[in-house]
Amino acid sequence: MKNPKAATIKKRRFFLTSEDLNGYLFILVALIIFSIFTIYPVISAIITSFQDYKPFGSEWVRLENYEKALSSKLFWKAIKNTAVYTAVTVPGSLAIAFTVAVMIMPFSRKSQALFKSLYYIPAVASGVALSVVWLWLYDASPSGLFNQILTFFHIPTQNWLGSSKTAMLSMILMSLLSGQGSSIIIYIAALLGIDNSYFEAAELDGATFMQKVAYIVLPLCKPTTLFLLVTGIINSFQVFMNAYMMTGGGPDNNTTMIGLLIFNNAFEYGKYGLACAQAIMLAIVIAALTAIQFKVAGENVEY
Amino acid sequence: MTGLYSQHLKNPKLRYLRNGIMGVVLFFFAVVVLFPLVYMLAWSFGPAREMAASSFSIFPKTWSLDSYRYFFNFSPYSVRWLWNSFVVAAATVLGNVVFASMAGYAFAKIRFKGRSFLFFLILMAMMIPYQVTQVPLYILFVNKFKMTDTYAALILPGFCTAYNIFLSKQFFSGIPTSLIENAKVEGAGQLRIFGSIILPLSKTVLAVMAINTFMGSWNTFFWPFLVTSDRAMYTIQVGLKTFKFANGTMLSPMMAGAVISALPMFVLFFSLQKYFLEGVTIGAVKG
Repeated sequence: MKNPKAATIKKRRFFLTSEDLNGYLFILVALIIFSIFTIYPVISAIITSFQDYKPFGSEWVRLENYEKALSSKLFWKAIKNTAVYTAVTVPGSLAIAFTVAVMIMPFSRKSQALFKSLYYIPAVASGVALSVVWLWLYDASPSGLFNQILTFFHIPTQNWLGSSKTAMLSMILMSLLSGQGSSIIIYIAALLGIDNSYFEAAELDGATFMQKVAYIVLPLCKPTTLFLLVTGIINSFQVFMNAYMMTGGGPDNNTTMIGLLIFNNAFEYGKYGLACAQAIMLAIVIAALTAIQFKVAGENVEY
Repeated sequence: MTGLYSQHLKNPKLRYLRNGIMGVVLFFFAVVVLFPLVYMLAWSFGPAREMAASSFSIFPKTWSLDSYRYFFNFSPYSVRWLWNSFVVAAATVLGNVVFASMAGYAFAKIRFKGRSFLFFLILMAMMIPYQVTQVPLYILFVNKFKMTDTYAALILPGFCTAYNIFLSKQFFSGIPTSLIENAKVEGAGQLRIFGSIILPLSKTVLAVMAINTFMGSWNTFFWPFLVTSDRAMYTIQVGLKTFKFANGTMLSPMMAGAVISALPMFVLFFSLQKYFLEGVTIGAVKG
């Protein structure tokens, strides 16, 4: 070796320092769990998506599962349903959460905390419990709560979850009315972080309330909105519980979400290969949507 | 209070009026949001019988504990479902608080080879929908490990989640490195530094992590549903689903079941509200 410095650098690369060993010791359990229960399943899902799964020796079928999925009307219907559901509930939720958070602002810290708690309570109950309750609120008989409300306003009662006209609407309504707690709390935190001097300056310029919201609050809340939008869309595309518990995807597959379709293919019909292919496509769609949102929003959000 | 709203200094009555109207609107929306839960609670005390289509009002006419009795008599294991949920949630919390925080600390403060790559993998994992991993995990546990109906199958996949590693890494990154360097100079090893300096500084974030993990585990349905077939090993959410599909027309017993599945979380929420609410913002955006 002509250059002793280069030799030591090279040496260092092959020997682990005690810092390295400490690091590996600290992440050991996490790494084992992560490898077995995340990395392995992801790789296995990709492999299975190109196979016809059989317990003893799966067969390679190339792109057959993907072709089957893409040529299935039900797959496209499920994508359409999920897209419609997402397109209404995610922006709708953001609008509700933002409005509520802005309205909470003028109150004292104590009242703010009270409202935060009240709105958060439904998030504590499990999805199974909530769908059991909402199933009865949507009961098709005149005794169901929503039908009682319609009757009160002299509107004919509806077969909420049972009719293809209203089933998706019912799902959306349930989502809008039961899941805003976290978003409200996150928006309040963002609003409290806005420096008062912005508003004072705007006041001097004679800005109205709506102008302050449009030119100060909304731009400064943009990172929060982007965060809620991204997580909202990711979650919404995976939605499964309500459709599974309340409609089973019906009527006429009008509430079959992509999450439910994958579940049915895998665990009702045992078509693991097809289910994996669909799940991979779902992951790609989610990744693409997330990337687009970050691009469109222009600036990176720091997590 | 921000200066978003005009204080109406010249006319305080206008301010009271405005805040009053907004208070009423907010209160009304809270009533709408909470009504399903009130309905659930009220009807859980209704009669344990089928509801004829046109016979039920907004609240039950007679109140009793019959429906709770009906739910618990539905299966000899219904109390065990609660116990199972508790065991699984408690073990999951323990695993995450110990091992996810250790990993988070390593990613934040120990400079080991490959850490940025491994952390990148963990970040990516958070974006993968659970549908991708469910089928291989199911095949792994049910067909290969033959671990159906075991606590291990219920606990292990969530024992140390990417999200909790990420969350604790974010928190530990904010602790000054000089604190650790000083302890090192005095001869303390990383395990001792972690145990006696870092953990005591991190009680809040660990409490938040514990609560969020407990809630997530308690409320989860999908995975326990896949890996349990023996009723004795159901969690309460799987039990409630089974009960629901068996008693579709019994309003009150179903509400009683929903209350039973949700009540432990409500009790926890009302006793530890501060941590719950903090937990919502802690994982969200900084600034």
